[in-house]
Amino acid sequence: MTPLLLLFKLFPVRIVLPFLTAQSSINLIINSMPKLLEGAKLSLLVSASSVTAGICLGIIIACARLSKVKLFKSIAGAYVAFVRGTPMIVQIMIVHYGLTEFGLTLPALASGIVALSLNSGAYMGEVFRGGIQSIDIGQTQAGLSLGLTPFQVFRHIVFPQAFRRVIPSMGNEMVTLTKDSSLVSYIGVAELTYRATLIASRTYEYFTMYIGIAIVYFAITYILSLLLARLERRLGPYDQDSESEKVFRRQSGAERRVGVGG
Amino acid sequence: MLKGVSVSVAKGEVVVLIGASGSGKSTLLRCVNLLEEPDSGQIFIDGVEVTSKDVVKHRVRRDTGMVFQQFNLFPHMRAIDNITLAPMRVKGMTRKEAEALAMELLDKVGLADKARSWPHQLSGGQQQRVAIARALAMRPKVMLFDEVTSALDPGMTSEVLNVMKELAAEGMTMIVVTHEMAFAREAGDRIIFMHDGIIVEEGVPGEILKHPRHPATREFLSNVL
Repeated sequence: MTPLLLLFKLFPVRIVLPFLTAQSSINLIINSMPKLLEGAKLSLLVSASSVTAGICLGIIIACARLSKVKLFKSIAGAYVAFVRGTPMIVQIMIVHYGLTEFGLTLPALASGIVALSLNSGAYMGEVFRGGIQSIDIGQTQAGLSLGLTPFQVFRHIVFPQAFRRVIPSMGNEMVTLTKDSSLVSYIGVAELTYRATLIASRTYEYFTMYIGIAIVYFAITYILSLLLARLERRLGPYDQDSESEKVFRRQSGAERRVGVGG
Repeated sequence: MLKGVSVSVAKGEVVVLIGASGSGKSTLLRCVNLLEEPDSGQIFIDGVEVTSKDVVKHRVRRDTGMVFQQFNLFPHMRAIDNITLAPMRVKGMTRKEAEALAMELLDKVGLADKARSWPHQLSGGQQQRVAIARALAMRPKVMLFDEVTSALDPGMTSEVLNVMKELAAEGMTMIVVTHEMAFAREAGDRIIFMHDGIIVEEGVPGEILKHPRHPATREFLSNVL
C-alpha cells in the first residue's frame, strides 16, 4: 500500500482535482465512459495476447540463443538485436503498412498484436536467457546423471527454477508492454488511448481525458504488479531467500504489533 | 586432464581414487557416466561400450548413479520428489511405485521422516544422504562418488560415510573420489593414486597407505594423513 499512498501524496491534488471535479469534466468522463471501457477492453486484449505470445516466443528465443547450433544462435541473436535497436512504433508500422507491399494485409488489431508479440518475444527472450543461465550447471549434471534426457532436464529441473527466478523481470516486461500497447492507436486500433484522443479532440478537454486514461493505465498495471507479487509468493517457497523473507515479514509484523500495544 | 589411464573395476568392488586436485581423478569418474567425453579410448560398463558412437548417452547414464560434492538436490522439489523424478520419467514407474521405492531408500539412509522436507530445510549431511537415495532409486550398476564429503563439516561427514560403508558392505560396485583416508582403509577394496593425469600406484589400502612406493604418493599421503 505504501507506494500507492506516496503517489497520492506527491500527486498535485490541489491543481488537478479542481479540473477533474469541475461539473463539465465529470459529465464528460461519465458520458464517454462506455466508449472508454470499450477501449480499455481492447487495450487489455492487445496486452494480454501479446504478453502470452511474447512469453512463448521468448522461451523459444532463449533456447535458440543458448543452443549449440550456431545457426539458431545467430538468427535469435540478430532478431533480438533488431528489436532492441529499433523504436516500437517503427516495428508496428513495418508490420501494419510495410508488409502490405508483400501482399500481406492484416487488420489493424491483428497487426498490433503481432508487432507487440514480436517485440515482447525479444525482450522476454533476454529475460529467460538470463534466468536459465543463472541456474547452476550442477543441476543439469545431476539431472543428466540420473538418465533424464536433456529435454527432460530442461523441462523438469532447469526451467521451473529459472521461471520462478525471472518473475520480477518478466513482470517489468509485462507492465512495459501494457503501457506500450497505447502505441497501436497510431495504426487506428480503437483502444483506450485512441478513443481518449478522439473525444479530447472533439471536446478540447485534453487534460481531463488524458489524466482520466492515465489513471486507468495505472490501475491496470498496479493490479498486474500485485498479481505478480502474489504469484511469486505462491510458486514454491523453496529457496533460502523466500524463507528468510517470510521470517523477516513475521518478525516485522510482530514488532509492529508490539509497537501498537506500547 | 587424463593422459592414458587403464582401470577395471570388478562387480561389487569398492575402488577409491585419491590424488591431489588437478590429478584427474574427478575427470576419470565423470568420464564413466559421460559427463565428460574422452577424446579417445573406450569405457565398458557390464560389457557395453559406452564410448561407442551408437550409444545413447542418457540410456547409459541410467546404469550409473552419481553423487556430487555440492549435493545438487533440486531445490524446487521436496526430498521425496527429488527421488521419484527419475524413476517416474525415465523408467515409467507410477507415482505410487516410485514413492514406495523412495520411502524405502529414505529409510535406508535414515531420513524417512524428512520425505516431505524441502532441500533447504535439511542440513548438508541430510541433503547428501537424500542425493545418495536419489541416485540409488535408478538401481544403478555402479555408484560414482565425487568428493561427496568435501563440503561437509566433520559430524555430517561421518553420517554420509556410514551410509556409503553400508552400501559397500551390501556389495554395491563403487568408485569413490575422496580425501577421507579412514574411509579408504575401512571400506575400500583397492586404492588408486593418480598424479598429473596418470595412475601412479594402485593396490590394497593397507599396503598403499602404509608403504607407498612412489615419491608422489608418499608426499601426498604425508600431507593428508
